[in-house]
Amino acid sequence: MSGAEPGREAAVAGGWELVVGLEVHVELSTATKLFCGCANRFGDEPNTNVCPVCLGLPGSLPVVNAAAVDFAMRLGRALGCEVRPAVFARKNYFYPDMPKDYQISQYDQPTSIDGSLELAGGHVVGIERAHIEEDTGKTTHVGGGGRIHDAAYALVDYNRAGVPLVEIVSRPDIRTAEQARAYVRELRAILLSIGVSDARMEEGSMRVDANVSVRPAGSGELRTRCEIKNLSSLRSLGRAITYEARRHVDLWSSGERPRQETRHWDEAQGRTTPGRSKEDAEDYRYFQDPDLVPLSPSAEQVAAIDAALPALPAARRAELLAAGAGAVSASDAALLVERDQDALVRAAVAVGADPGLTATRVSNDLAVDDWSRVTPDGLAALIAMETSGRVTATQAKQVLAEMVEAGDDPVAIAERRGFQAMAGDDLAATVDQVIAGNPDEWQRFCSGDDADRKKLAGFFIGQVMRATRGRADGAAVNRLLQERAEPA
Amino acid sequence: MSGRISRDEAAHVARLARLRFSDDELDELAAQLSAVLDHAADVEALDVSGIEPTSHPQPLTDVTRADEVRPSLSRDEVLAQAPSVAEGQFRVPPILGEAP
Repeated sequence: MSGAEPGREAAVAGGWELVVGLEVHVELSTATKLFCGCANRFGDEPNTNVCPVCLGLPGSLPVVNAAAVDFAMRLGRALGCEVRPAVFARKNYFYPDMPKDYQISQYDQPTSIDGSLELAGGHVVGIERAHIEEDTGKTTHVGGGGRIHDAAYALVDYNRAGVPLVEIVSRPDIRTAEQARAYVRELRAILLSIGVSDARMEEGSMRVDANVSVRPAGSGELRTRCEIKNLSSLRSLGRAITYEARRHVDLWSSGERPRQETRHWDEAQGRTTPGRSKEDAEDYRYFQDPDLVPLSPSAEQVAAIDAALPALPAARRAELLAAGAGAVSASDAALLVERDQDALVRAAVAVGADPGLTATRVSNDLAVDDWSRVTPDGLAALIAMETSGRVTATQAKQVLAEMVEAGDDPVAIAERRGFQAMAGDDLAATVDQVIAGNPDEWQRFCSGDDADRKKLAGFFIGQVMRATRGRADGAAVNRLLQERAEPA
Repeated sequence: MSGRISRDEAAHVARLARLRFSDDELDELAAQLSAVLDHAADVEALDVSGIEPTSHPQPLTDVTRADEVRPSLSRDEVLAQAPSVAEGQFRVPPILGEAP
């Protein structure tokens, strides 16, 4: 995936550059909604978590959830933003997903402004703002059946109405579809590490809209953009950006220009289609909500949030790479941090395990939900057995799998399973026996070209494995074969 | 009458609020809205440099509640208020266009 970067090819090939900014809505994992005590819970029976406030009944008044504000400020600081005094505003529109006929949001005075996010690859994307707002209800369109006079209707569930959201608006600093995906992945990793959201795109607790435009490469101008909605996966995000960029390049190249509009991504058709928003739909007539007083975080409050922030993914990757002293790959580091296994690897390395092999073994062979029984000492002992040749790579994987289940000492597991060092002399003797038993193959191995040699090496290693019941180290067998074919 | 708000602008605002007026009513409302803006213009003429913008008459900030679940309404009670109901949900006419 990462090698192709279709967005870059599409937009840059003809001298065009892709310009993307992302708006990400994140549901905060508070116990209750933003302005009332109804449970904030996904998947409940429709309209069971509703009250006069989130139904917008006359006379009800909103009261801000302190935890939602705390989460939003934590997120702001994790994104390097200035967290500042903020005012809630009403965004007015008529749509049945919002029973009050306005959504409470923050407009010209948001909680967080001016931050940045560094992607795993090092590219930095600016954050314009991150503001608090309430989620809307969920509408489900029913019926229609293609016939215009069919009794089509919509169903509305207000369980989600009033759930706290933070909308994170990036600057248009994203230049490829792959960077857009990396941005969302990194944002998700940050959200998970600071514990403010479960950030599940497929459940809608993290929703991404992409503002896409193109410009002549290197020009620095900002041309007409389209906002792409309905992106429910990273795959959709990448495909939609690539499609939209190509559409813009085609329009500009043929002397036309894109219209500024909202477009919907159609995953099945693989294209974007214009939304049907009316021309005056953008007139939301924002004004300060008279029912809510401003938020005014003190310097002490912000300092306390900073002090309590955990190490963020970018810092953890850097720490792991430093601990690996060049032996841990960037992709392993990203994966290990994403899986929360970086501390385990660093602890094993700290007690003497080989960094490169530890990172590889854990990233390849510890992709399980519960690895709590694997201790740094146990892992280091296993890696030591593998580096010293006491167990083969295959055996090490089997031992690790048993450590996950039983949490035993790897030495004990290896002994119980009969994995033990095959003395070098024993292995050499076995290799010689196999060669003697297959003279034709050996002749072809010695005289053949590289391809033959590779194929036949596989054959001989297989024979040796069979003779040793899997206890031989494949790499060692190969070394012995090469030595015997070309005596020094 | 200052004419700060035209009949078309009054019609636009009415449309955003989903209200329908006759032309005579629009003229009357445009005049009233213009008078409101005239008053705002009077205030705007004052020198207010150095005065903090006020969003609320009370000197209050950070009025919050603890994140504790309170009982919600019963669904039967909630849906009893609705003109149309299906599958435990509010049933509304088909919606043209997307949510903003």
